[in-house]
Amino acid sequence: MTDLVERDAAAVTPSPASTTPPKSRLRSEAFARRLRARHAAERRFRLAGAAAVALAALMLVLLLGSIVAKGASAFLEARIRLEVTLDPADVADRNYAAPLRRALYAQFPQVTDRAGRRVLNDLLSSGAPYELEAMVAKNPALAGTTQTIWVRADDQIDQLVKGGYRRDLPESERGLSDAKVAAADALLASGALAQGFNTTLFTAGDSREPEQAGIGGAIVGSLLTLLVTMALSVPTGIAAAVYLEEFAPKNRWTDLIEVNINNLAAVPSIIFGLLGLAVFLGFFGMPRSAPLVGGLVMALMTLPVIIIASRVALKAVPPSIRQAALGIGASPLQTVLHHVLPLAMPGILTGTIIGMARALGETAPLLLIGMVAFIVDVPHGLTDSATVLPVQIYMWADSPERAFTERTSAAILILLGVLILLNGAAVILRKIFERRW
Amino acid sequence: MSIQNPLKLRPRAEDRPGQRAGAALPNKMTARGVTVFYGAKQALKGIDLDIQENRVLALIGPSGCGKSTFLRCLNRMNDTIEGCRVEGRIALDGEDVYGKAVDAVQLRARVGMVFQKPNPFPKSIYDNVSYGPRIHGLASGRDELDEVVQTSLKRAGLWGEVKDRLREPGTSLSGGQQQRLCIARAIAVSPEVILMDEPCSALDPIATAHIEELIDELRANYTIVIVTHNMQQAARVSQRTAFFHLGEMVECDDTEDIFTNPRDERTQGYITGRYG
Repeated sequence: MTDLVERDAAAVTPSPASTTPPKSRLRSEAFARRLRARHAAERRFRLAGAAAVALAALMLVLLLGSIVAKGASAFLEARIRLEVTLDPADVADRNYAAPLRRALYAQFPQVTDRAGRRVLNDLLSSGAPYELEAMVAKNPALAGTTQTIWVRADDQIDQLVKGGYRRDLPESERGLSDAKVAAADALLASGALAQGFNTTLFTAGDSREPEQAGIGGAIVGSLLTLLVTMALSVPTGIAAAVYLEEFAPKNRWTDLIEVNINNLAAVPSIIFGLLGLAVFLGFFGMPRSAPLVGGLVMALMTLPVIIIASRVALKAVPPSIRQAALGIGASPLQTVLHHVLPLAMPGILTGTIIGMARALGETAPLLLIGMVAFIVDVPHGLTDSATVLPVQIYMWADSPERAFTERTSAAILILLGVLILLNGAAVILRKIFERRW
Repeated sequence: MSIQNPLKLRPRAEDRPGQRAGAALPNKMTARGVTVFYGAKQALKGIDLDIQENRVLALIGPSGCGKSTFLRCLNRMNDTIEGCRVEGRIALDGEDVYGKAVDAVQLRARVGMVFQKPNPFPKSIYDNVSYGPRIHGLASGRDELDEVVQTSLKRAGLWGEVKDRLREPGTSLSGGQQQRLCIARAIAVSPEVILMDEPCSALDPIATAHIEELIDELRANYTIVIVTHNMQQAARVSQRTAFFHLGEMVECDDTEDIFTNPRDERTQGYITGRYG
C-alpha cells in the first residue's frame, strides 16, 4: 500500500526546477497591470449587470404604474341617490323607468321643459330600471312604498365625477354638454351623487354600456376553459413525460418524438387556433365560442410545455434513487410512482402552473374559434358561448368610450393579479413538496 | 511497508484453520462464461466464478476491470443500462437468473444490493427500512413490520443510534450511518445474497471499520459479494478473493492464498502495488 502511495507521490510532484515559474514574473510591473485590468473588467461587468437589472425594474414600475393609474378608478362607480316611490301600477306594468324619472325630476323642480328633462334622463344609466326591477323581484313588498336607493349613473357622469372630462374646455370640445355638467354638479353639491365600490365590474357580463359592463362572464369563461385545459393536459403530459423518460427505449423513434415535442412547444399559438378551427369546429362540428373548444385548443398548446418541464424534473432525480429502489426489488412502475415521481413533483407542478398561466393569458387561438364574440350572459356550462379575460381586455381596448379605457386597465390588473396568484401558488407548492436528499 | 502479509493487519484466528475445509461449502451462485457488452465495447470476457454460501467473496482489480459490471450481472441491475448485453450463464441455486422463469423483480429481492454511495430514500429511517418488506408483502400488519424494521436495524448495527428517531429522514444521518441504513434496507427483505459495490469508498476509516465488522457478522446468514479497491479491506472481510484484470478473471482463490501466494504474476503485481 505504502508503495503505491510513494510511487503516486513521485509521479505527481514535479521536479522544482522544471515547472515552477520564476517568481519575478508574478511580481513584475506587467503582471500588476494585467491584474488591474482584470479587476477593472470585473467592475465594469458588475456595473453593467446592475444597470440592466435597474432598467428592467424601471420598465416594470412604469408599466404597472401606468396601468394602476389608469385602472384604479374603475374599481369605483358613481351612483345617484333617489327617493323612489314605487307606484303599484308601474310595478304591475313592469315600468321601472317611470318611478326613477319621477324621483329624479323631484330633485330638480325648476326643470320642466322636455329638453331639460331629457338631460336629466341621461344622468341615469340605461340599466338603472333593471336594477330597480331586480330589487323589487327580490322583495315584492316594496311595491307601493317609498325607498331611498342608489342607482348607477351614466358612464359619462361617472367619468365626470372621476375627473375624466375637463371642465375648463368649451362645451363643443369637451364631449359633455354644459347642462349635464350643471345637473351633475347640483347632485354632487346635495350629496346625491357619490362613488361606491364597483361590484358590477366583477359580476356582470359584457355590455355596450360601460357602466353595466363587467368581467364576470370573462372570468367564468376563463375558469371553464382552464378547467378543460387542465383536465386534459396535466394527466396526459405527465404520463407522456414519465413514459418517455422512464420506460421508452432510446431509439430513433423516441428521438423523433422528442424533437417533435420540442418543436411543438415553439409553434405560434395562432396555429393551434387554426387547428382547433379546422378540427374541432370544422370536422367534429363542436359549438363556436365554447369553453370546451377553447380548453381543447389550449390543452394542445400546453401539452408540450408540461411534457418538457416534467421530463426535465424527472431527469433531475438522481439515478441513485432509482437504483436503490430497483435494488431491493421494486418493479419499475413502483420505482417511478413511489420514489421518482414524488421527487420530481415540485418541478412538474411548476411547469404545469407556468403552462396554465400561459394558457390563461393566451388570446390568439381563441379569436379563431369564436371566443371573441360579444357575450352578455355569464356562461353556465362548457358549451355555452363565452369569452375569456385576455379576449375581453382586447375587446374593451377597442371600444371608444372613455369609461372602457379605465375598465380595460382594471381588467388587466385583475388578470395580472390572477397570474401572480398562480405563480405564487407554484412557489408555495414547490416549497411544500420539495424534499432534499 | 509492502503487502507481504496483509492478514497481519487484523488477524482472525477463528477463521484460519477452517479456511481450507470451508472450500467444500456449497455454491450459492455460479457464473459460467459470463460475457458483457456495453454497445460494441466488451466489458467482461467469459468469467467463470463460484460464489459459496455464507462466505464473503471479494472482487478486486484495477478500475475499469469489470468487477462492478460482474456484480451488477448477478442481480440483473445491468438490465437497466441501455445497450448492455449479457451472455453466458449465471445461476442462483442452480437456476439461470437470465432464464425465462426468473423475474428480475423477484431476483433482486433474493439478491440484494448495497451501492457505492449511500443512497437512502429521502424518507424517514423507518420508511427506508420498511419499504422493501412492504412492497413484497413480507409483513402482515403494523406490529410485524415494526419488528422487521427493528431486527434489520439491529443486524445492521444501527438500532442503538436511531431507535429514538425512526421518523427522522434517513438523509439526516452521517455517511457511515446512511450506508448502514442502506444495508438494513437491503437485509429487511431477507435476501439470500447481498452484493456490495465498494460500500466503504465514500466513508471515513471509523465508519469503514464499522461496516467491515458488520459484513463479518452478516456472513452467518447471508452470502456476500463485495467489490473493493482497498486490498486490506478485501483481506480483512473476505474468505475468498477474485482478481479481475481488463475484463478477465485472472484468479480466484482463498483470500489468504491470493495475498500470500498468488499464482499469476498480474495478481502478484497488483497486490504489491506495482500497477493498478
